[in-house]
Amino acid sequence: MTCLPEITPGQKKLGLVIDLDTCVGCQACATNCKEWNASGHSGPLPDTKPYSAGAEGVWFNRVHSYEAGEGERGRTVNFPRSCLHCETPDCVTVCPTGASYKRIEDGIVLVDHDLCIGCGLCAWACPYGAREMDEDEGVMKKCTLCIDRIYNTNIPEAQRQPACVLTCPTSARHFGDLGDPDSKVSKLVAERGGQPLMPELGYKPVNSYLPPRNRSSVAAKPDEAVPTPMDIKNPLLRWMDKVLTR
Amino acid sequence: MNPAPSIVFFTTASGAGYGLLFWLGLLRPLGLVPGQGLVALALALVLITAGLLSSTLHLGNPQRAWRAVSQWRSSWLSREGVAAILTYIPALLLGLALWVDAPALALIAGLLAAAGAVATVYCTGMIYASLKPIRQWHHPLVVPGYLALSAFSGAVLLAMLAAFAGGGAVPALLAVLTGAAALLLKRAYWQAIDSGPPIATIESATTLGFIGKVRQLDPPHTEQNYLLREMGFRIARKHAAKLRLIAQGAGFALPVLLALLAVLVGGTPAVLALTLGAVLAIGGLLIERWLMFAEATHTVMLYYRG
Amino acid sequence: MPEAPMPLATERPDRAVDYSPPVGDEVKTTTCYMCACRCGIRVHLKDGRIRYIEGNPDHPVNKGVLCGKGSAGIMTQYSPARLRAPLKRVGPRGSGEFAEISWEEALETATGWLRHVRATDPRQLAFFTGRDQSQSLTGFWAAQFGTPNFAAHGGFCSVNMAAAGLYSIGGSFWEFGEPDWDRAKYLLMFGVAEDHDSNPIKIGLAKMKGRGARVVSINPVRTGYSAIADEWIGLRPGTDGLFALAIAHELLRTDQIDLDFLARYTNASWLVVRNPGGEDDGLFARDENGKPLAWDRERGAIDASLMDLSAVMVGEVSLPDGRRAQPVFHLMAERYLAPEYAPDAVAERCGLPAERIRRIAAGIADVAFNQAITLDQPWTDVWGRRHETMTGRPVAFHAMRGISAHSNGFHTCRALHLLQMLLGAVDTPGSWRYKSPFPRPIPPGPGPAGRGAKPNTPLAGNILSFPHGPDDLLVDDDGNPIRIDKAFSWDAPLSLHGMMHTVIGNAGAGDPYKIDTLFMFMANMAWNSAMNPGEVIRILTETQPDGSYTIPHVIYSDAYFSETVPYADLILPDTTYLERWDCISILDRPIGSAHGAGDAIRQPVIKPDRDVRPFQDVLIELGARLGLPAFTKPDGTPKFKDYPDYITNHERMPGVGPLAGFRGADGSKRGVGEPNPDQLQRYIENGCFWRDHLPPEQGYYKHANKAYLEQSKAMGLMGKSDQIVMQIWSEPLQKFRLAAEGHGAKQPPDRLRERIRTYCDPLPIWYPALEHEGQDLNRFGLSAITQRPMAMYHSWGSMNAWLRQIIGANKLYMARSRGTALGLAQDDWVWVESRAGRLKCQVSLMEGVNPDTVWTWNAIGKRAGAWNLDEGSPESTRGFLLNHVISEWLPAQGGFRQANADPVTGQAAWYDLRVSVTKCAPGEEGITSPHPDAPALPPHMPARPDILRYSTKATP
Repeated sequence: MTCLPEITPGQKKLGLVIDLDTCVGCQACATNCKEWNASGHSGPLPDTKPYSAGAEGVWFNRVHSYEAGEGERGRTVNFPRSCLHCETPDCVTVCPTGASYKRIEDGIVLVDHDLCIGCGLCAWACPYGAREMDEDEGVMKKCTLCIDRIYNTNIPEAQRQPACVLTCPTSARHFGDLGDPDSKVSKLVAERGGQPLMPELGYKPVNSYLPPRNRSSVAAKPDEAVPTPMDIKNPLLRWMDKVLTR
Repeated sequence: MNPAPSIVFFTTASGAGYGLLFWLGLLRPLGLVPGQGLVALALALVLITAGLLSSTLHLGNPQRAWRAVSQWRSSWLSREGVAAILTYIPALLLGLALWVDAPALALIAGLLAAAGAVATVYCTGMIYASLKPIRQWHHPLVVPGYLALSAFSGAVLLAMLAAFAGGGAVPALLAVLTGAAALLLKRAYWQAIDSGPPIATIESATTLGFIGKVRQLDPPHTEQNYLLREMGFRIARKHAAKLRLIAQGAGFALPVLLALLAVLVGGTPAVLALTLGAVLAIGGLLIERWLMFAEATHTVMLYYRG
Repeated sequence: MPEAPMPLATERPDRAVDYSPPVGDEVKTTTCYMCACRCGIRVHLKDGRIRYIEGNPDHPVNKGVLCGKGSAGIMTQYSPARLRAPLKRVGPRGSGEFAEISWEEALETATGWLRHVRATDPRQLAFFTGRDQSQSLTGFWAAQFGTPNFAAHGGFCSVNMAAAGLYSIGGSFWEFGEPDWDRAKYLLMFGVAEDHDSNPIKIGLAKMKGRGARVVSINPVRTGYSAIADEWIGLRPGTDGLFALAIAHELLRTDQIDLDFLARYTNASWLVVRNPGGEDDGLFARDENGKPLAWDRERGAIDASLMDLSAVMVGEVSLPDGRRAQPVFHLMAERYLAPEYAPDAVAERCGLPAERIRRIAAGIADVAFNQAITLDQPWTDVWGRRHETMTGRPVAFHAMRGISAHSNGFHTCRALHLLQMLLGAVDTPGSWRYKSPFPRPIPPGPGPAGRGAKPNTPLAGNILSFPHGPDDLLVDDDGNPIRIDKAFSWDAPLSLHGMMHTVIGNAGAGDPYKIDTLFMFMANMAWNSAMNPGEVIRILTETQPDGSYTIPHVIYSDAYFSETVPYADLILPDTTYLERWDCISILDRPIGSAHGAGDAIRQPVIKPDRDVRPFQDVLIELGARLGLPAFTKPDGTPKFKDYPDYITNHERMPGVGPLAGFRGADGSKRGVGEPNPDQLQRYIENGCFWRDHLPPEQGYYKHANKAYLEQSKAMGLMGKSDQIVMQIWSEPLQKFRLAAEGHGAKQPPDRLRERIRTYCDPLPIWYPALEHEGQDLNRFGLSAITQRPMAMYHSWGSMNAWLRQIIGANKLYMARSRGTALGLAQDDWVWVESRAGRLKCQVSLMEGVNPDTVWTWNAIGKRAGAWNLDEGSPESTRGFLLNHVISEWLPAQGGFRQANADPVTGQAAWYDLRVSVTKCAPGEEGITSPHPDAPALPPHMPARPDILRYSTKATP
């Protein structure tokens, strides 16, 4: 059903918190997502012309890199981009078949591949580029928040998390319930000033991006008063009478 | 946005078909269209059906297209499908009425068909107008534009057919009026999107504006992807300006002038003028519709190009 | 592992979702080999195919995480570039024309060639491996064969780091040391991009940033780790040493040094004989037992290792025998206090304001001395004294490629170790820490084996080892190199890892001699593993007047159709990393950490579907066929069935084998113990690794920690448990220098005398890159370097259907300001020219790069047709290798050809490159150059699919 579930206070909103301060752009989230999902809920994620020019495939997670600011004062920021599991996503409401849906129980936005006609309208409606067409099967695919991991009783409890989160070597990805203000992820967003992407479009993204932290400044100032060796006749004499014991 | 030929053809053809159906349903029962009207109705239905079939060409799973009518409560695409299917009923009844010459049924069916045509084209327009990430489509003039262009192209076709049937200045005058209106609307639209502010920036898309100007260092992949092919279409400003001129001249101004000429001279020259006008209008509208896609920009490209 | 709240299992009527599909039908642990990081992985299998590869949460290296390469292992396993069967060349070299042969024919062919070489002149076998992790086997095999000509690609890679560390502090950066990620407050990373220790560094950086510690990256390029650093210092390539010595100058000038640490744990107090021109000048003053002397405040010259020493650190003293001597500290402080090392003197060359250098020095000193850490952890020092606490200077250093790949890298790395010693920041809480099996004695072992190679006779000892002075060099009586690569010669006395980059060039020139057979494993020498691929290809295809090839036989083992395959005569196809046994051996490069020793294995998780064999199995079989003593029983039959048999049962010394864990008949011994027939099974049960855990009192000060040193000796990691005294003043270097000054029996050739004298300085020095001498630096005004992209670095297969979408082509990055000044716009096509050649590529403009530097991603460009890629693939049309404009040789000086390498270690200096960049003429755009023709594909390579639908999901 492509009508959005009614939002009630305290409703579960599963999503990701992505730390732009520690992401080094290693692509682990992208490829681990790809391998999990290739054989997972949405698999396969086909790759066309895999060994020729024009190789391209279906990926749920793509890592951009940007430079913000100029010259030495600027920063390089690696920027993973995937479905934000918005609270009010048009990608769901525009779907003519009911294939695209937002789950009332956890807020995950999914596509039912058996219903999808592959019209592509949901991709047009998504400002974030979260949806990727499987042109081989003719259906739209997207991040499932690893729905076949997070509730999977065949997986040890500690690992019931999205593949991208578990694999991230710099812990730049966090998963949890952003509808619960006391959850670890909600606190992280509050503490670090997590930001939604393009809030002006009004989709209310659930995923949040933690901004690069202000660079800590060096406490110490060079002590200019210390004489330079040229000023001291024999600077080595300073150490002459130091009594050193082991 | 990528101007996929199937979609360009679909919206142009079905738009013209619904325009034709609209005018036929409205005018034929009033006797303002010469001849029986069955040919016009057939043409309208052929255009509509061809357009709808063409639209399924861009579907990944056309055999499931029937599912598309299920979500009319939220989806304009679904509503369009429902409206399109429902409109077939009065349209076919109108055909029956014209065939058996049942004026009362023709009147009712005609009005219902006209209403259905308006509803369907409105839905088509709303599919585009409801897409917030595409600034050029999420605009108040988009739906009026779709309606006006549909009315204009329908009128042009009806005028041509009427001329073949030996007269009918009303459709030609309607073509003049709707053409002029559509041209003004389209010019206003172009002016608006040319000067409109962006809905978002690379800074808001990345949240990094607080640091300074944001530039892409590297794309996520050095190779292509679906989104880039679908939404990364770019057209040079100069090229677009030239196409706009052609669309205005061939698609609007010339057909309007030819329709005026036809009203003034009548007879065989009118038939020729209106036929030429119809061909030009449809051609011009294909260009206009192609531009509608080519000039549209999607916010996702902020992540790739800033 | 990242933590997140568990989603509550509410009622979920979603019919479209299967919430709990079994992940696979089987899961096996092994060790990743998508790069050299050695992460533990869990491979899920379904119906015999790989369902999912994930990081092993229990593994000490990666603790459950897995990088972008490791997660793409499936595509490397199922690559269409995999070789299918043994091949013999049937067309000319380079044509790629091969015929499939049986393994029997392949092994007999190889045995025939090798038997002849071994029976006549074993030196005529050059056996070199690439990113190999089984050097304890390959090196042992080479010694058994009797050739000194063995090495892996360390000479190309990181020997500057290893040599500088092992000769200074008894451990090194690279993968043998690590910052104290949990306690460091200030981390300086020099030239660290994606490299060895890839995931541990990422995990560690996240920890540091999470704690609010300060991370500073010194790197000309602001990507990757530099992107998340709190401070980025984009200095000019190759000037890190100047920068470090200016910091040393500042620390000394402001007296912010740990003099107690220097006196206790380094040779700062040792007395150096001052006798200019004499044969003992610069050597340590020693007592009659050879023990170094210090000057005690009360007692005068005395054994420097005494516990109650109260050393005088500056001044000049008269030794009992009348010679003059000065403490190391005096000589060191005097040198670096000189104005030439002042920030103002170096600022311009580094491309940094002097003020900034001073500020950084002050910042480091502030953390080291005002924010010291004290742990309530008792420990006992090497003198037997118990201390109640451990004090730490929480400034950690890490350094890698950006230091290593310069011709001044050895001394630059020594300068970094000097800084660590001045700060008292070696293996203390919060500083840099040794990873097991380090620290080791300085230098760690005897000199290299290789002299006196005789037919059919093994060499005794390790081929790659540690010269203590000129007597250990592998040179003949005339001072000429014994090894084909000239390692351990006067060309590069401390070339501990060999000099693979010179092997083919030297063999081609017959300098020092010609060879018969070149045997390589996993080394893409005809492409990205060569400093200059064009030159390597020229030599491999060069013929003599009689039509024979200059290098008559080339045997190559690779799992994939790499660029080098077409240039070999015999191909021994290897398996993938998931199809083999391997041993990340305690004798080679184990996975130990600061927390204790460790090693690991690979086990086959999937059966090969081709006629291929693991290289190590093949090597052991060749050893048996050749009758190498260690690989045959007295009756001549093979001693080992295969590699697992060797791993389990081979003993290098009694009780010491390739694996340290689960030794002894019942698996209860660690380090030393008789072979355990169930050892591999025990490893498998333990997740394919073994890990020792040091008790907390052994956690720091390992170089002088009595308990640690004794336990290390007991485990067979070291021969002695003496204090490892860090060496500020390096006596081995001084011995080479004395030889250059004419002292001693072993003398360098005259042409190398000045070079040895200059560069074998016992204290760290800085000098401009050697290749900058004699070339027009105004014409070639830009430094050019490479970086490994994180998603590709060190990838064994290097071609991967997923990773090539992420990065299938590369551009040359330059500062926007510089590009604009050169009239270049984004994506313009340019010519990049050096003294060695030119290439064509596209530019990309960026902000975060030193304006005098250009750079690109390494090893993305591929030769058209190689790796079973379509000829139009972006790797060959839009990708390029910077290697094409790098030269293996320095500009000719005095008629002798000198490797473009560090003069001390022989480390290939591929970051010294200087280039010019000019816009292409109209019409030249569109394809990168050089663009060599595509070779033929070997027979029966699979067709490339048009679409890949990889999935183990059951299709409905």
